Amino acid sequence: MKPKAFDYLKVSSAEEAVAALAQGGEDARIIAGGLSLMPMLNFRLAEPSILIDISKADSLNYIRETAGMVEIGAATRQADLMRWDGLESKLPLLNAAFPYIGHYQTRTKGTVCGSLSHADPSSELPLCLAVLGGEVDLQSASGKRTLSAADFQTGMLSTAKQTGEMVVAARYPTAKAGEGYAFTEMAQRRGDFAIVALAAIADANKIKLGIGGVADKPTVREWDILEGEALDDALNEFAWDLGGYDDIHATARYRRELVRRLGRRVIEEAKSCRS
Amino acid sequence: MPQLNKDARHSVTLTLNGDEVTGYAEPRMLLSDFLTHEIGITSCHVGCEHGVCGACTVLVDGTVMRGCLTLAVQAEGSTVETAENLASDEGELSELQQAFKKHHGLQCGYCTPGILMSLTAYLKENPKPTEEELRDMLSGHLCRCTGYVGMVKAVLDYCENRTD
Repeated sequence: MKPKAFDYLKVSSAEEAVAALAQGGEDARIIAGGLSLMPMLNFRLAEPSILIDISKADSLNYIRETAGMVEIGAATRQADLMRWDGLESKLPLLNAAFPYIGHYQTRTKGTVCGSLSHADPSSELPLCLAVLGGEVDLQSASGKRTLSAADFQTGMLSTAKQTGEMVVAARYPTAKAGEGYAFTEMAQRRGDFAIVALAAIADANKIKLGIGGVADKPTVREWDILEGEALDDALNEFAWDLGGYDDIHATARYRRELVRRLGRRVIEEAKSCRS
Repeated sequence: MPQLNKDARHSVTLTLNGDEVTGYAEPRMLLSDFLTHEIGITSCHVGCEHGVCGACTVLVDGTVMRGCLTLAVQAEGSTVETAENLASDEGELSELQQAFKKHHGLQCGYCTPGILMSLTAYLKENPKPTEEELRDMLSGHLCRCTGYVGMVKAVLDYCENRTD
């Protein structure tokens, strides 16, 4: 329950961080809020040789609007985004998801990009990024590249981030006219890991539904607008395709039922709040 | 800041409850352990040591943090507040503490300092929470004795009648 020994370096920019990553090799890790990494260290599930702390890197602590997107720096805390003036109008899906993201006491320190990097299959921020079709910027000593959410998260707790790379920013697409957004999830207690998390987008012609907590990463499906039994059938097919599993919290069967029931509910809600 | 070697103990100076204190920590030392074993305070309780129970919650530069998910070396130069800061120097409990006492907001008291520190920050942002908001916020702390009922009453009473 105590971390294994590691060197520690506090940096003030992405450039310093990637230089240290290049030097540290595959056992070097970035720490920002530490809400995901510190438990891994305390459990010794992660045993880095050096921790590179970006939590005080002001140049990575920002929220800014770019073309049709909201860009969030790697050191920006979840509470900062939750308090951001534009959240409700620009990122209504995240606004709906935030109450489900951890607790007040974890959002104060946990970062948006940290949650994306940790890539827990039941986390809300990766799910929202996937269903909105957002992007992640990766930087290394040799350059920068941008990946779509679908290409970035490759599975349970795994991403396409290579040795020497760090996430420097994430971009969530802003709300579009004519679209409605809704989020819900089922967990044993508020703030617990989601058994199933659901995010929906609806416009006049299409429905998009993203599911977290069932497959090994957030999974998104899109349909032409569906009603009644056709929607039930589509949700049932999606639920089976996700390939859920039994664990101590829920059976695969219960997870499928949640996808069917809550899937319908969250889609109806997204349709009803179309702008 | 230079790179800190994993095998060495490094000087960490912070302002704790208004006083400058210095201790020594290897990079891997948790802030909760540093405050308890190096500095000698008794309110930063360690429960789960992976950020779930909230017993070690302290304020770092005014922000609520889990002491067990923060490294001592990360707190270098910071202002840290713990529950020792709540009562007056003469030992008179703060109004929030008195409300906890009056409404049986604690039993064994292990979770209490962390909860008081969360509330200290939270009630600055939201001075009059609804019961639902309050319960949502308290869900970030595990209390195995009280069932939270007395705690909720205490905070609502305090928010209604506080003079501090």
